[in-house]
Amino acid sequence: MLWQLFLVFMKIGVISFGGGYAVIPMIEHEVSSHGWMSGAQFQEVVSLAGMAPGPIATNSATLIGYRTAGLWGAILSTIGMILPSLIIIIIIAACFQRLHQQSWVKSSFYGLRPIVTGLIAYAAIHFGFLSSSDAALSWSTLATGLICAGCLYGIIRFKMHPWMVIVASGIAGIILF
Amino acid sequence: MNASKASKFKLWLQIFGTFCQIGPSTFGGGYAMIPGIEREVVTKRKWLQASEMSDLVSIAGSAPGGVGVNLAAFIGYRIAGVPGVMMAVAGITLPTFLIVFALSLGYTFFKDNAKIEAALKGIQGGIIALIMIAAYRMAKSAIFDKTTITVSIGALFLLLVTPIHPLYLIIFGFLIGIIAVQIKKALGYTIHTEQVSKHQDDPTPIYPEYYI
Repeated sequence: MLWQLFLVFMKIGVISFGGGYAVIPMIEHEVSSHGWMSGAQFQEVVSLAGMAPGPIATNSATLIGYRTAGLWGAILSTIGMILPSLIIIIIIAACFQRLHQQSWVKSSFYGLRPIVTGLIAYAAIHFGFLSSSDAALSWSTLATGLICAGCLYGIIRFKMHPWMVIVASGIAGIILF
Repeated sequence: MNASKASKFKLWLQIFGTFCQIGPSTFGGGYAMIPGIEREVVTKRKWLQASEMSDLVSIAGSAPGGVGVNLAAFIGYRIAGVPGVMMAVAGITLPTFLIVFALSLGYTFFKDNAKIEAALKGIQGGIIALIMIAAYRMAKSAIFDKTTITVSIGALFLLLVTPIHPLYLIIFGFLIGIIAVQIKKALGYTIHTEQVSKHQDDPTPIYPEYYI
């Protein structure tokens, strides 16, 4: 179990281009195919991960590791998640200082960035639908929609900081639900 | 212990200490860490120059993994080689790991509390908004011609209707980028692999990977 967690998060670590929200669908894919937690539990994990300081992807790995296999699960999942990027960074730093200016790197990112866009868009849509799974138009769906719209307005109009969004939506949740 | 060893050890501790402070004080994901790291590493410690920093940020954002951790690793390497990487990454990861762990323990105690449950449900709405903004920002830097529009819509479509593993999409993205550029080259088109900035003399560095 521990070994499996480590390997799965290492795999995610290797392909986690885009970081943050682009990685959420990757983690979810693995979590549901291994039957580690339900969709609702996974959403809770992402909410908690967003609340805590630090990168959301690594935080999610810690939380999922803890839920599935306790302290060692948390430690091994976190290490699994960051180890590949460490190795890659060391190789880049040691060998190719100006890697990002090579033409083949540029052309591969030309194709990779739209894929990452698709992944993040999928994360938004999927996360939205998971939230409203209970009924087509219930109070909770409406309230989530309202909070989401309010946050969008705050971010666009007032350049609200991500953590302020989390705090504000948490308070709104206590009032509305 | 001789003098150079002692100073090396001191530098390692300094790296660890500096990155330890950054983690817990930056809420809101990887990109929120960059200003904090820049302040500590460039302004306060003077380990790196500002111009070097923007180079490192753009590589850290392109490599797989969180940009915050990647950047810490990169800076650690620049300052003190592989031991520097270990110190910087341990520094940036350990405090947040402990906080998340404590949060997770606290959550198991309070998860039946109606207020906590309501707050978490509210946060889900906020996270959806944050992801939508991230998608929009990413789209703005990634989508600027027919190829990129097709690839991103195709990726979204595949994710929505098939159980495809994102791994294959990532590999596909790499290949299609290289192939598309080769084809365009063969057909004699002008090639832009990145969006051409409209404000050439804008002094603020743009990071194409800025999506959080």
